[in-house]
Amino acid sequence: MPAPGPPLLELAGVNVSFDGFLALKNLNLQLAAGELRAVIGPNGAGKTTFLDVITGKVRPQAGDVRFCGRSLLGRNEHQIARLGVGRKFQSPRVFERLSVQENLALAVSAPKTPMGLLRRHLTGAQRQRIHHLLEVINLAPRAHDRAGSLSHGQKQWLEIGMLVVQAPQLLLVDEPVAGLSDAETERTADLLKSLAGNHTVLVIEHDMEFIRRLQTRVTVLHQGQVLCEGSMEQVQTDPRVVEVYLGAGQEQQS
Amino acid sequence: MADTRPRWQPVLLGVVGLALVVALPSLVSPFRLNLLGRYLSLAIVALGIDLIWGYTGLLSLGQGIFFALGGYGAAMYLQLNCHSCSRAAGGLPEFFGLYGVQQLPWFWEPFHSPWFTLVAIWLVPAVVAGLLGFLVFRNRIKGVYFSILTQAALLVFFNFFNGQQKLINGTNGLKTDLTRLLGQMVGSDAMQRNLFWLTALLALLAWLLCRQLVRGRFGHALLAIRDDEARLRCLGYNPTPFKTMVFALAGGLAGISGALYTVQSGIVSPQFMAAPFSIEMVIWVAVGGRGTLWGAMAGALVINMAKSLVSEAWPQTWLFIQGGLFLLVVTTLQGGVVGWWQEGGPRQLLARLGRRPRLSTYPALELGTRQEGEN
Repeated sequence: MPAPGPPLLELAGVNVSFDGFLALKNLNLQLAAGELRAVIGPNGAGKTTFLDVITGKVRPQAGDVRFCGRSLLGRNEHQIARLGVGRKFQSPRVFERLSVQENLALAVSAPKTPMGLLRRHLTGAQRQRIHHLLEVINLAPRAHDRAGSLSHGQKQWLEIGMLVVQAPQLLLVDEPVAGLSDAETERTADLLKSLAGNHTVLVIEHDMEFIRRLQTRVTVLHQGQVLCEGSMEQVQTDPRVVEVYLGAGQEQQS
Repeated sequence: MADTRPRWQPVLLGVVGLALVVALPSLVSPFRLNLLGRYLSLAIVALGIDLIWGYTGLLSLGQGIFFALGGYGAAMYLQLNCHSCSRAAGGLPEFFGLYGVQQLPWFWEPFHSPWFTLVAIWLVPAVVAGLLGFLVFRNRIKGVYFSILTQAALLVFFNFFNGQQKLINGTNGLKTDLTRLLGQMVGSDAMQRNLFWLTALLALLAWLLCRQLVRGRFGHALLAIRDDEARLRCLGYNPTPFKTMVFALAGGLAGISGALYTVQSGIVSPQFMAAPFSIEMVIWVAVGGRGTLWGAMAGALVINMAKSLVSEAWPQTWLFIQGGLFLLVVTTLQGGVVGWWQEGGPRQLLARLGRRPRLSTYPALELGTRQEGEN
């Protein structure tokens, strides 16, 4: 689908190098508002660095990152997050000493300042959102348990829940289904699909079955560059992709 | 789950505690009472360390700075209001005469006012801590670098205060015993008893304040900073104001603690900023239990009481015991004594000694039925 309006997120000519190693090489990518985009690529393709650039953790040596028409360069992580960019990390990173509900409450709070938190109570709408999300991520019975006691898959979902409850415009989702069962993977795909439209979602994943289920446009990264873009079928038959990625991947379940 | 505990327990604890504090002056000698009062005031600085270290994960080795600043504030007010000692030197505290100082240094002037003093005791250390903290935290300095910086700042203050005879009597410090407060000699038994009660009250208030702070989302954010600061940033939080605020608060508590300690020990001197003392403060919290608030207070109280009792009986042994305690906490009891207790330590110890307690059902099993259907 070509984007009708101006892109929500735009990376133009982004270069990132770590001690001379080019993790991202002249990377160009555009995301339209409301789009659901999958990004795949072999290990070391620069997928996580690409997210680090958007969220402000890594500063590119060249190029620009624009979100809603504003450049994100020179902004801190928390400023970018407040502009409406949410991120789920590759291995689930939840606050293990806090309960499930407390994790979600930290994510939903606004304003995210000391005084904002000391004004003790969440609004009814915020409580409602937490309650709703607990149902969506299937953790309502565990709401008061420490997040550290959850299984790997439940932590994945909790983190997705924390991401969604923030209500960001752009969701960056890094490997959401790693370690999930098939049923959970399906549910996650459905959840992300249902979010697209109102939100813009960018998913990085290795699981091809999951990507196929998303039925959306796929971008293939390879050695820090966009190798090709298109539907899953187009990408899968692209000889370059087969060579660098799928050829080595040995798909069995298709 | 915590709500299932009977309501009367905290009430009973409060009543017993209150009765003890009220009755204690008539139960123990003025000497012991004075020691207890001092240690109780040290429990307040320990609370601050627990906030900044136990909850926020920033190990400060420089709390002595703020402790001493509070102590100096109180001592300066008392020295200025010491009519008997200042008459000889023309309205100035006596020690100024030793150095030929005729004019009261400017920063002493506001300490004529009791109200200013009451505010300065906590506000000055809090502002100093806030400024230092802001500069450090804004540059994302944390971990061991933060600890080294606070230790270095402590040495700077220590050396500066030691060298300023003409301003604050340098190494000798400021004495408060023979000064008067509300018409009574500060060193008198009656005054010391009142100060003990005041310390107990302030310790209680400080604990309530800290508990209120750590219970809600603010406290959760502090734990989140400690456990995964980068993650919290990506949720849209800027950790700097949180850390600055907590460090300033810990500084303010240290100031109150130092002021109370000063008036009960009779002197404030740069020794309050000696490096070993600030490290001892950290040991109290570590042994009592990081991140538990009352563990930190109990640690300060019990370790100091043990120190004075042990030192009376066997003068040379205390440092070995203190070192041993620290090693024990670092190697086996990482949550401190209170942490060990809360994590079911006593039960495990019994089990290891051969008295195996009954295992209760894993609680999550009963709740997890909903997820089972999906696998």
